[in-house]
Amino acid sequence: MATLGGFVNRTFLADPITMIVSGWRLLVLHGFYVDIGVTIWRVVGGFVIAAVIGVPLGAAMGAYKPIEAFFEPFISFARYLPASGFIPLLILWAGIGEKEKLAVIFIGSFFQIVLMVAVIVGSTRRDLVEAAYTLGASAGGIVRRVLLPSSAPDIAESLRLVLGWAWTYVIVAELIGASSGIGHMITDSQALLDTGQIIFGIVVIGVIGLVSDYLFKTLNQRLFPWSLA
Amino acid sequence: MEPRLSVGSVPTLAIEDVGRTFPGVRGGPPTRAIEPTSLRIADNDFICLLGPSGCGKSTLLRIVAGLDRPTTGRVLLDGEPVTGPGAERGMVFQSYTLFPWLTVAENIGFGLREKGTAPAERRRIIAHYVERVGLGGFEHHYPRMLSGGMQQRTALARALANDPKVLLLDEPFGALDNQTRALMQELLLGIWEADRKTVLFVTHDIDEAIFIGNRVAVMTARPGRIKSDIAIDLSHPRHYTVKTTPEFSAYKARLTEEIRIESIRAVEMGA
Repeated sequence: MATLGGFVNRTFLADPITMIVSGWRLLVLHGFYVDIGVTIWRVVGGFVIAAVIGVPLGAAMGAYKPIEAFFEPFISFARYLPASGFIPLLILWAGIGEKEKLAVIFIGSFFQIVLMVAVIVGSTRRDLVEAAYTLGASAGGIVRRVLLPSSAPDIAESLRLVLGWAWTYVIVAELIGASSGIGHMITDSQALLDTGQIIFGIVVIGVIGLVSDYLFKTLNQRLFPWSLA
Repeated sequence: MEPRLSVGSVPTLAIEDVGRTFPGVRGGPPTRAIEPTSLRIADNDFICLLGPSGCGKSTLLRIVAGLDRPTTGRVLLDGEPVTGPGAERGMVFQSYTLFPWLTVAENIGFGLREKGTAPAERRRIIAHYVERVGLGGFEHHYPRMLSGGMQQRTALARALANDPKVLLLDEPFGALDNQTRALMQELLLGIWEADRKTVLFVTHDIDEAIFIGNRVAVMTARPGRIKSDIAIDLSHPRHYTVKTTPEFSAYKARLTEEIRIESIRAVEMGA
């Protein structure tokens, strides 16, 4: 609006119409949907790897005190290491290919997932655990039939949050040394002073985030009908 | 009248000089919850553990369940010392402890599944106990859809379905309203009269203790110990009208006096 009213130079802030037009050109003429697909693939890939390793480790930490004592100090420390700060290092190690992109997202999500899952599993209602023991549950039975099912909705909810953060990391990773992806398109557009395209890219990320969030939420409600208030 | 099951038969459960001291909080003095105390429970006994609040009766029950360790003494079940919780000592808690992610039927079958009972047999036992506690039609409901009374009936069925040697109940009807509570007492009494389980029931309600128990063990104020063990000679099957008989009133007068002394002591100690 500020641009349409002539208050701001359109070189720096494109108006919505310009944005949509350049967005359309991007999709039709420049194959932007390929970039979108690549970015989604990277986010999902890195996130799934982090979740597949992080959830079991977090659950083990929440269930068994010695395991928690062993990993907790390192993971608490690693959680504060900025994933984006690793990018130059990861480029040196893994090049500018897909491995590096996945690694950035993995580092950004993994430690968060581990700690959140550990806290969730560790805060399982004590009386439910005791009830299961008096019903003859073994230690393994407690983990499989009490700790995991009772934590599952909260774990899914925390995964939904972390997936949101993964979206931030992927764009940062793509801003530096990438030849495809939404972030790469944004840097290219910056060089061309095409703010319309930049804003379109940001909006696309927002929309994808919204959709994935909605899908996640619907899935959680389907999977855990018992937890609805 | 059925013969009363005597105190002299072989004890199923023996509590031998069990005492419990909790360590002090923030360098404070340790709390003595239970003085070394003993109780012998025969097969098929229905014992009510009656005491003022904070006397350690729940702690004693938790020790029998294996959820807490005694500082002194030991608990023997059929001569074997209790070292931890197990399926042969089923428990119903005061708080609602159904697994919220399981339906009523799945909750009742929890222990059976853990034991590895075959699915067909499991379904049969579940159906039997669903019927027994009057939850027909609610098998596939989740606990959050049930009233407090129905949740406790499910919890009772869940403990019974495991066929434990001893059933432990920690004020299971404490959170229910009076009418529901009275019905639950009759339900439990009916089940005991039919199955003759060995039951240890913790309560602070004198009427409840006399109505459902065939022995009432009275505990002192903290540190708790069992100070008297009274046989309740009311015939079975007991009907709720027994509550208005002179015999019932006589037991009530006696127990009220015993508990009153302890309650006053408890208040004086700031419990």
